[in-house]
Amino acid sequence: MTHVNTDQVQLPKIRLDGICKNFGEKKVLTGVSLDVNAGESVVIIGGSGTGKSVLIKCILGIMLADSGAIEVDGVDVAGVSAHDRERINRKFGMLFQGSALFDSLPVWENVAFGLMQGRRMGRVEAKERALESMAQVGLNAAVGELSPAELSGGMQKRVGLARAIAGSPEIVFFDEPTTGLDPIMADVINDLIVTCVKDRGITALSITHDMASARKIGGRIAMLYGGKLIWIGAAEGIDSSGNEYVDQFVNGRAVGPIHMELRR
Amino acid sequence: MNFLAPIGRVVLSFIGHIGRLTLFTITAVSHCVRPPLYPRLIVRQMVDIGYYSLPVVGLTAIFTGMVLALQSYTGFARFSAESAVANVVVLSITRELGPVLAGLMVAGRIGASMAAEIGTMRVTEQIDALTTLSTNPFKYLVAPRLFAGVLMLPLLVVVADIIGVFGGYLVGVYKLGFNPATYITNSVDFLETVDVVSGLVKAAVFGFIIALMGCYNGYQSQGGAQGVGAATTNAVVSSSILILTFNYIITEFFFVT
Repeated sequence: MTHVNTDQVQLPKIRLDGICKNFGEKKVLTGVSLDVNAGESVVIIGGSGTGKSVLIKCILGIMLADSGAIEVDGVDVAGVSAHDRERINRKFGMLFQGSALFDSLPVWENVAFGLMQGRRMGRVEAKERALESMAQVGLNAAVGELSPAELSGGMQKRVGLARAIAGSPEIVFFDEPTTGLDPIMADVINDLIVTCVKDRGITALSITHDMASARKIGGRIAMLYGGKLIWIGAAEGIDSSGNEYVDQFVNGRAVGPIHMELRR
Repeated sequence: MNFLAPIGRVVLSFIGHIGRLTLFTITAVSHCVRPPLYPRLIVRQMVDIGYYSLPVVGLTAIFTGMVLALQSYTGFARFSAESAVANVVVLSITRELGPVLAGLMVAGRIGASMAAEIGTMRVTEQIDALTTLSTNPFKYLVAPRLFAGVLMLPLLVVVADIIGVFGGYLVGVYKLGFNPATYITNSVDFLETVDVVSGLVKAAVFGFIIALMGCYNGYQSQGGAQGVGAATTNAVVSSSILILTFNYIITEFFFVT
C-alpha cells in the first residue's frame, strides 16, 4: 500500500482522483474525482447506467478501477492484497440496492454476519450486537428469527441497514436505498439513514436517482454524467445549480441536454 | 477472410474460459490450505453431498449391479463362462461403475445445486455483500464445497460398491441360481486392493471436479434467472465430461503404466 503524507490536519475520509473504468469498449467512468470528508454525507445522483454503482464497487474493491487513485484515510487502497482488503473493508458498511441478504441465514445472523465471520466474534455476543443494531432501525428480536424471504421490501432494507451499521463502520455506502419502496417507507428509510449516520458521526456516500432521498440524506450532492462528476455542491443549492444537466435531472424533464437513447 | 473471424472468436473465447477456470482453480485451492477455514460450513456441505446423495447413489448402484449380473450371465453363457459373473460384477463395480455412476449422479444433484445457489448469490449481489463484510467468498463459499466433495465422494463410492455388488449377488443367487457361498468367494478372491483404491482415487478426483465446476459456473454467472439457468446446465455438462475424461486418464495411470 502507498502511504501518503499524513501531516495534513484534515485528510479526506475518501479521496477519488481520476477514476476510470471501461467494460470492453464502453467507457463508464472517465475520470471521477471527489473528496468526502469525515462525518460528511455525500450523495451522487445520476441516471440509470451512468456508473454510480460501478464507482462504489471500485471503492469497495469489488471491481478494480482501470486507472486513478482511491484513498481511504490517506491510504491508497486500489490494488491492495486480499488480506489488506479484508482489513480495509472492516471500516465499511454497505446497504445494497436489493438488500443482498443471505437467504440461507435467519435475519439476526445476516446482521451479525460481519461480526462473526469478518471479526470472529462469538455467536452470543454477536447476536446481542445484532439485536441492538436491529432495534436502532425499528426491528424487534422476533424478526431476528425470521428468514429474509418472509420480510417485506421495506423490512429487508431495514435489515440491510442494520447489517451495514452493526460493525460500527467509519464509512457507510448506500446504493439506491429507497428504490422499490413506497413513498412513506422510503421516507422512513431516509430518516433511519439520517439518524444512524448523524448519531454515530459516520461518513456516508450514497448513490440514488431519487431526489427526495438525495435532498434528505445528503449534505453535499454530486451529479455523475458522461463518466464524470459534472456538478458538486451543497444539497440546498441543487435547485439553483446553474447547470442545465442538473436542472433537467432534478426536475425530471424529458427535454434538455440529457438525451435518453430510444430505439424506434 | 471474414469466415475465419467467427472461428477465431470461438477459439479466443475458449482460451479465455480455460484461463479463467485455471485462475479460479488456483485461487480456490490456495484458499483451501490457508486459514481461516469454516468447519461448520464444511460439515454442512458434507451432509448435503454425502448423506443426502445416499438414496440416489444407492438406487443407481443396486440396479446397476443387478443388470450387470444379468447381462454378464446371458453374455457369458454363449462361451460357457457363467462362473465369471461374480468376478465381472465386483471388478466392474469397484473399478468403473461405482465411481463413474456415483460421480455422474452427484454431478446432476450437487453440481447443479451448487451452481444455482452460488449463481443466485452472484446475481443478487450476495457475493459482493460477503466482500463488504470482510469475508472472502472463496473461503466461505468455494473451499468448504471443495473439501466436502473430495472427502464425501470416496465414502459414497464405498457405499455404492457394497450396494452394487450386493445387487449382483441378489440376481446371481436368487434369479440365476448361483451358490451363495461360491458367489461371495469368487467376488472376494478376485478382488485386489488396487481395484478398490483406484475407484476411491477416481471418486476423490470426481468430487473435486463436481464441486469446482459447480462453484466456478455459479461464480461466473451473469444476468438474471437465465444466467443462473445457463450456469446450472454448464456445471452439470462440464463436470460430466470432465468426469469421463479423467476416468480414462486415471484408469490408464493405474492399470496401463
